[in-house]
Amino acid sequence: MTEAARPTWLRRLARNPSVIVGAAVLLVFVLAAFLADAVSTHNPTRLVPGNRLTPPSAQNYLGTDEFGRDVYSLVIHGSRVSLLVGVTTMLLTSLGGVAVGLVAGYNRRLDTIVMRLMDGLMAFPAILLAIALMAARGPGVWNVIMALSIVYMPRTAILIRSTVLSIRELDYIQAARALGRRDLAIAVRHILPNCVGPLLVQGSFIFAYAILAEAILGFLGVGVPPYVPSWGNVIASGKNVIREAFWVSLFPGAALTLAGLSLNLLGDGLRDVLDPRLRVQ
Amino acid sequence: MAPYLLRRVLAVIPVMAVVVTIVFLLIHLIPGDPVSVMLGPDATPAQIQGTRQALGLDRPLYEQLLAFYARVLRGDLGHSYFLDRPVTRALAERAEPTIVLMLSALLVAVVIGVPSGIVAAAHRGSPWDRGLMLVSLLGVCVPGFWLSLNFIYFFAVRLRWLPAAGYASVLTDPVGALTYMVLPAVSLGFNQSALIARISRSCMLEVLQQDYIRTARAKGLSPRVVTYVHGFRNALVPVVAVIGITTAILIGGAVVTEIVFNIPGLGRLIISAILRRDYPVVQGVVLVTAAAYVFINLVVDVLYAFIDPRIRYD
Repeated sequence: MTEAARPTWLRRLARNPSVIVGAAVLLVFVLAAFLADAVSTHNPTRLVPGNRLTPPSAQNYLGTDEFGRDVYSLVIHGSRVSLLVGVTTMLLTSLGGVAVGLVAGYNRRLDTIVMRLMDGLMAFPAILLAIALMAARGPGVWNVIMALSIVYMPRTAILIRSTVLSIRELDYIQAARALGRRDLAIAVRHILPNCVGPLLVQGSFIFAYAILAEAILGFLGVGVPPYVPSWGNVIASGKNVIREAFWVSLFPGAALTLAGLSLNLLGDGLRDVLDPRLRVQ
Repeated sequence: MAPYLLRRVLAVIPVMAVVVTIVFLLIHLIPGDPVSVMLGPDATPAQIQGTRQALGLDRPLYEQLLAFYARVLRGDLGHSYFLDRPVTRALAERAEPTIVLMLSALLVAVVIGVPSGIVAAAHRGSPWDRGLMLVSLLGVCVPGFWLSLNFIYFFAVRLRWLPAAGYASVLTDPVGALTYMVLPAVSLGFNQSALIARISRSCMLEVLQQDYIRTARAKGLSPRVVTYVHGFRNALVPVVAVIGITTAILIGGAVVTEIVFNIPGLGRLIISAILRRDYPVVQGVVLVTAAAYVFINLVVDVLYAFIDPRIRYD
């Protein structure tokens, strides 16, 4: 990437409607997570048994749940867990995926072994492998992040490997090799920059998967502990009272959908700008 | 065709070897002593030692792994102490609802997805196209389990059209089975129908740009015949692959949907097994679903090669 090329793709990103809408919605969630204590109206963990299952009102914008907790404040605080899990999983899968993908793409002997391992990991239905890992490790935010990183890392590894394989035979890499550059230097200086685009695109989709998977694990009771306000946990508690109080599960689920939508838009937009070959018509 | 088939079938072996190894390792990921965790705080040291020996956890890791392979190859997935029966039997008893749910959801996904994608592509850029693609983008993002809850509230609680939860076997009560299955199948299939619609649309658009389509148009065939007869058949090839992927994804989704609708399938089995720390059952469910996933992918690849001869020569 030359210095002159940089502003153009940034400008194209800033002009892409999917990127703008996706980033704007995501920003709202990020602000909600950082300013959770300031923008929420109640303490989300305080139980008020006398105020249980009240419908949305001026006091409780989105109603209360079966323990009298304020759903609006729960949704606001829940965005913290979702974003924490999403961002960390995205970072860990990217780091792991780049390491594994570079090794596999660059070393023929390790390639076979590593790729068989990745195939094996991808042979599990994603959510079931996550459930199984959580079953072994027990509830907890960090365990959720580790489980989801293990589940989604192979996708990034395979993507990076195929990018490396397609680039390593190009003339400029051959030229670098002829100049006596070492493999590691070639990988880091010449191959890795070409992986940035696909990695950003993949990262935003993994971010979306991770947020959804975290909510599913919470909903099933094997994610973050039930006392932690998270969208999945609140939806799970809403399931028990769906006959009397639809709002308990409706609003955290809507937040989850919106967060997923914003990341998918962002991913689609990034792909259109950074990696037009991957574009679906 | 034969060499391709053979290669494809043989490729399953290393994948399944890795799968079995990962399932084996699950029990060693349990923090602390897995046996004390399984038996709970009331277990005596003698019980713990006995169970440890029974599970072979006192032997070196590689010996345990070989023993695990040997058992799995014999079709022995261990014994559930809680359910007091072999894990394979527990799985067999719970498989029917999961399979019925998966197949019904697949039907919903294909019946909604393929026609939507084809219509959207045939009328590219029209309000129909835009509308369908917007709905499909939403469909990809809406979490299935949340959609299920909203369906329950709307169709079961408010309108009282359908039961909120439960299950009846197709074999004993076909009408009951249908009424119980509508909401789970639609909420599970909806996400995937969105995916299938998007892929069908893009495959169809690609095919419609090819030369033979232009030739067919130039011959004076009606646009309808060109789109739906000439185009559709070739666009279907990648769609078959997507339907395969969909089936595999539905296995995971079925687990979650079962919890929402109280369907006594493999999903409820694994979640209740986790709460009871019944690890042989957890391992069994994960192993069997992964094997099913691998098998479905194999079938799809073979079908794909059958429909599209170009694949075989790669």
